[in-house]
Amino acid sequence: MTAGTTAPGAGRTAPAPGGPARRRGPGAGQGAWPLLFVGPLVFGVAVFYLWPILRTAYFSFTEWGVFGGSTWVGFDNYARLVTDPELGRAALNTLAYTAIVLLGVPIALVLAALLNRPGLRGATLYRTLFFLPYVAMPVAVAQVWKIIYNGDYGILNWALGLVGIEGVYWVSTPGWSLVATAVLGLWLSLGFNIIILSAALRNVPRELYEAASLDGASPARQFLAITVPMVGRSVFFVTVVTVIGGLQLFDLLYALVGTANPVMRETKSLVYLFWEASFPSNEKGYGAAIAIAILVMTACVTAVQFLLQRKWVHDV
Amino acid sequence: MKKHLAVLSALVAASVALAGCGGGPGGNAAAEQPADPADLTAEISYGVWGENVAEATQRVVADFNRTYPNVKVNVQVTPYKSYWTKLQTQAGSGTMPDVLWMNGPNFQLYASNGKLAPITGLVDAGKIDPANYPQALDTLYTYEGVRYGVPKDFDTIAVFYNKKLFAEAGVAEPAADWTVEQFTQAAKDIRAKLKSKDVFGVTATLVDGGQQTYYNTIAAADGHVISPDGKRSGFDSPEAARGLQVWADLIAADAMPSLEQDADTSALSRFTSGRAAMFWSGSWDTKLIADSPIAADVAVAPLPRDKRQATVIHGLAHAISADTENKAAAEAFLTYLAGKEAAVTFSELSGVISAHKGTQDSFLTVLPDANLRVFLDGAENYAVPYPVSKNSAAWGKFEPELLPDAFSGAKPVAEAARAMAEAMNQALEKE
Repeated sequence: MTAGTTAPGAGRTAPAPGGPARRRGPGAGQGAWPLLFVGPLVFGVAVFYLWPILRTAYFSFTEWGVFGGSTWVGFDNYARLVTDPELGRAALNTLAYTAIVLLGVPIALVLAALLNRPGLRGATLYRTLFFLPYVAMPVAVAQVWKIIYNGDYGILNWALGLVGIEGVYWVSTPGWSLVATAVLGLWLSLGFNIIILSAALRNVPRELYEAASLDGASPARQFLAITVPMVGRSVFFVTVVTVIGGLQLFDLLYALVGTANPVMRETKSLVYLFWEASFPSNEKGYGAAIAIAILVMTACVTAVQFLLQRKWVHDV
Repeated sequence: MKKHLAVLSALVAASVALAGCGGGPGGNAAAEQPADPADLTAEISYGVWGENVAEATQRVVADFNRTYPNVKVNVQVTPYKSYWTKLQTQAGSGTMPDVLWMNGPNFQLYASNGKLAPITGLVDAGKIDPANYPQALDTLYTYEGVRYGVPKDFDTIAVFYNKKLFAEAGVAEPAADWTVEQFTQAAKDIRAKLKSKDVFGVTATLVDGGQQTYYNTIAAADGHVISPDGKRSGFDSPEAARGLQVWADLIAADAMPSLEQDADTSALSRFTSGRAAMFWSGSWDTKLIADSPIAADVAVAPLPRDKRQATVIHGLAHAISADTENKAAAEAFLTYLAGKEAAVTFSELSGVISAHKGTQDSFLTVLPDANLRVFLDGAENYAVPYPVSKNSAAWGKFEPELLPDAFSGAKPVAEAARAMAEAMNQALEKE
């Protein structure tokens, strides 16, 4: 961050007007203005993100009384964490959920490409319909889906019955409850992904398609050879966001499956474990240790994604 | 009421032992009240839980405001499940509601940690008379000789049943002295007759705690959930297994919805939509049933007897937060809540059995033709205390994790019950 250096990756952004020669570091001749502009953001991030993370890290080394007050216990919480029989299962559940929700990225890309086809009637209407779930309250949406999924009286099993398939108790059968939750999560994420990918698609120069069709490329070939590489960065963005969101699975599980459902034993996610330890069991120190573990895991997964990105995301 | 004094004392066996006879800290004088109630200006919060409380709490606040027009009371309704989670966090940060509902399993935790304000001052000033409430409930909310709560209401368990479905199945309605065997047979017979109409014999909550179900059948089998001194689990006894077996058998015989079905469609919805002939539940559900389409067909039968007859009894109280910044207003509101008028409002509008002397009859009017007196008879004649210890939540959380295996048939009942007893004893040792 020293003045005058070029940060890695800076070359990817458009060069500043006037070229590198006029580039100046922060504070060089600009007074306190830059700080004034970033100040509110830095303040917000520090107070509402960094400070809580630091406090959580500190609390993960403590044990709490029923109504607060903590004592230092060193690494006890972490020792307990690595031997917790529920941890592995919760990690697997969380990863399985994330994997299913990730299927929403290609689905969203196809849908966005369809919505972007020139001359499509009612494109705005479709886009609104796909985006609607994203602005609805997840807990409210989960309540509606709970009725759809209802094993005895749900519309899903009714529809399956019409084609001769006998449905199961989707949210109350081990295994299926996680899939049911993930399908809902996937559906909820579609709207946001479609909007981002649509915007990216519009930036793809139309001449490329024209040239390709002159060369005789089929629509499918055009999609794979032009669309996919050209929107790589946006796909990468929604993938990272989806993975981070997936690793934080809690509200859908809590609202759809419910705490008093016998399958919850087999369906808990990492954040659910954190919530259970922190609130109903009131072991806030242990809860903090789980939270830190989730943070580290999320950071690692995201770092790996950034490393892999170099392999498949093309600079445009 | 006199019978209550004797019977409800069972309710407090554990807390009496802890309460002792110590004088406790004196000098908990009531806050000074202005001469004219209209001069008292404040904004206080009132923490309650439940689904059918909005109307009653609004009316109570409106009635209170007739005397205290300048005390604004903000009612905070929280679902029961999250109420305690929220309250614990609020207590830790000194932001509990000024006036709040308290229950038996949680009371000792809050009182022993100084989170509740003693009401001794109000009693000494003659504003609240403990003699107006069943003594056992009054004692339940006394910790180390100091009163922290005014009993609000109490509840017992009984069997709601749908007369129309019994008639349709050609099964005789429950007799007052029926047995667990007769109950099970009735449930099976109804299912056999009405399966084509998607009607179950019985429905009840098994996974969300046993208050409405197995706590009662365990007691009826002469077993107990927790030993009378609150130190050991009773789940590993043959009597407890017998009490749990009742439910495993009903599910195995398809007379009761499976756990999956019950998780998808709640017992209350199933019963109130006419898809189950019997519903084990507490007096607190009476209002919801009275407002449902099947209200006219519903009657109430006492719980069937096994080796004995038994129902779990429990009661709530109103308490004041120790952190309240408007003690005068909170005490004025508590004094109103402790009175007869508020008790009648709660009975009539939220359908609970109010604890105040001479108000129980208004509960009977919630569903006049349904023989609701069964709930009062249970309290007087065969009630057993709700199982509590100093940190009841620490072992209660294992019930929905370990007992479903018993009900679903995944494990033999005795084996699942032993696993539960082990987990519970470990938690009890830490208290």
